[in-house]
Amino acid sequence: MKKFAKDFIVKDNVTLSSAYALLRLAPVDGILPEMQAGQFVQVEVKGSKTTYLRRPISVNFADYDDGLLWLLVRNAGDGTHAMIEMQVGEVVNIVLPLGHGFTSPSDKSESVLLTGGGVGVAPLLFFGKTLKDADFNVSFLLGAKSEKDLLELDEFRKYGEVFITTEDGSLGERGFVTMHSVLKQRHFSKIACCGPTPMMKAVAKYAKANDIDCEVSLENVMACGLGACLCCVEDTVDGNLCVCKEGPVFNIKRLKWQI
Amino acid sequence: MADLRVNIGALKLKNPVMTASGTFGYGEEFADLVNLDRLGGILVKGTTLNAREGNPYPRMVETPSGMLNAVGLQNHGVDYFISEIYPRIKDIDTNIIVNVSGASPDDYAEVCRRLLPLEHIPAVEINISCPNVKQGGMAFGVTCEGAASVVKAVRKVYDKTMIVKLSPNVTDIAAIARAAEDEGADAVSLTNTFLGMAINTETRRPYLSTITGGLSGACIRPIAVRMVWQVANAVKIPVIGLGGIMNGRDAVEFLLAGATAVQVGTANFIDPSVTEKIIDYIDDYLNRHNLNSVADIVGGML
Ligand SMILES: Cc1cc2nc3c(=O)[nH]c(=O)nc-3n(C[C@H](O)[C@H](O)[C@H](O)COP(=O)(O)OP(=O)(O)OC[C@H]3O[C@@H](n4cnc5c(N)ncnc54)[C@H](O)[C@@H]3O)c2cc1C
Ligand SMILES: Cc1cc2nc3c(=O)[nH]c(=O)nc-3n(C[C@H](O)[C@H](O)[C@H](O)COP(=O)(O)O)c2cc1C
Ligand code: FES
Repeated sequence: MKKFAKDFIVKDNVTLSSAYALLRLAPVDGILPEMQAGQFVQVEVKGSKTTYLRRPISVNFADYDDGLLWLLVRNAGDGTHAMIEMQVGEVVNIVLPLGHGFTSPSDKSESVLLTGGGVGVAPLLFFGKTLKDADFNVSFLLGAKSEKDLLELDEFRKYGEVFITTEDGSLGERGFVTMHSVLKQRHFSKIACCGPTPMMKAVAKYAKANDIDCEVSLENVMACGLGACLCCVEDTVDGNLCVCKEGPVFNIKRLKWQI
Repeated sequence: MADLRVNIGALKLKNPVMTASGTFGYGEEFADLVNLDRLGGILVKGTTLNAREGNPYPRMVETPSGMLNAVGLQNHGVDYFISEIYPRIKDIDTNIIVNVSGASPDDYAEVCRRLLPLEHIPAVEINISCPNVKQGGMAFGVTCEGAASVVKAVRKVYDKTMIVKLSPNVTDIAAIARAAEDEGADAVSLTNTFLGMAINTETRRPYLSTITGGLSGACIRPIAVRMVWQVANAVKIPVIGLGGIMNGRDAVEFLLAGATAVQVGTANFIDPSVTEKIIDYIDDYLNRHNLNSVADIVGGML
């Protein structure tokens, strides 16, 4: 897929809760590049005195009807803080699309579970839409610390059934995603997962134990985002691979996780 | 339009702007984002005799106006480069220069010997900042004898342009440059990364798996400019300047300090097409100052 370094204009910036914002951006030249669910972008950071490199952010959604790129950003430090402070009308340069995304199952009868935690839910929205457009049966299992950390629930509901866990029990079932009752009640033939590493490992362990095909999206620290600097490597059965180029989505069979 | 051409020994560059090894892959990673044919040269990833897995993750951390890296020369080895990568990149209309590393002078020489027949590789850049296994892990680039031993071994087998890339982690970089010149290097490039370290104060752990790593980016520029100026005053062979070049102004600063050409590294991560902007800036700068060619500003500090 051809990559671009494009200027985008902030069309709106919705604060989802104190720590998160949904940015919707339009390419200045009007052409939103073709993207795959699970791919990411590298955002130039403006307005932060301490941030030097670009910041990798997942494609939350590519809205081709309105020509908008959606980014769901969590305030994790100075760079992401500057991003969520961006004003409508500001212009920012974005390199995209990067990496390899999620793969759709070959058989339409398969039911797919998309599960994530915190801001890790970001790439699952676009993947859910992609799967629904291709007539797959999609379910989402979203986990968070608390109700206020659950993002874009109304958007997710457009593409599939939504199951929820919160650590404090403020919404859905109490606990972690791997403890949700739906996992005992239904059979899924594929799982796609994105979230904090301990959560992804727990999901991967569940998938492995139940012989379910499972892909996870890694968030290794990155510099170039283009497969050039070899900073972001993950140890895999094929050796050290660049998460930014061969990933960020990997089938758990390729990872050397102790699960 | 000013004359942007420069020569590094027998090597002819259409302009003085190249990309630094390890920051630009094999060029192809940037092909969608930069017109590679416009570049003066591409220094490809550090290449060794045998494949290397590199260091464990984490390999990088951002630091004020720069970054630390500890990639550890991950590469598939020279034979893989020749059979798999070279055919894909050989027709890029620029100077493709292979950055070479090794654990002994013989290693370096053997890699260069295998690269010599490749028609579209007009030069090598000898990275003497990597550990000298035979002498117990110290880098060749930190002593005059170490540097001389590598340059001598390569010179015996390699008669195309040899650039020697100097480590800045030394007390007298000009002395090392002279040692390389004396053994027949055609040019020197500097600087490589500066040894640095950063600790996560919350976890109390180092950010890098190797604890220490190489510092690059804007934060090193004033030190690199000083070293280029010192070396340019100490040797007669051309000097290639790098370290923290972020834009055209910075590139001109290195030329004024005495560099005949420059390399751009970390800045490619922030603006993948920064090299094209630097080329345009130099052209514009020369026109603005009523100068005809890059040669007019090399070492042109007043
Ligand atoms: C492929 C990928 C997709 C991502 N998608 C999203 C997303 O959709 N939404 C979102 O909010 N965040 C996402 N992240 C994480 C986001 O990139 C980091 O939170 C951000 O870089 C932190 O920068 P900062 O300046 O705000 O904080 P810093 O103070 O620099 O760092 C805070 C934390 O973020 C991590 N981090 C710092 N720099 C990087 C980097 N260059 N790459 C990765 N992690 C880093 C650090 O390890 C640290 O733990 C993604 C990361 C990757 C690799
Ligand atoms: C991720 C990374 C990998 C590098 N790999 C190499 C290498 O393989 N060989 C080498 O000679 N220099 C290597 N370098 C050093 C750069 O080529 C350059 O000397 C240094 O980064 C300073 O320039 P800059 O500040 O413009 O980046 C690497 C630098 C970085 C950031
Ligand atoms: S971030 Fe440079 S190779 Fe992945």
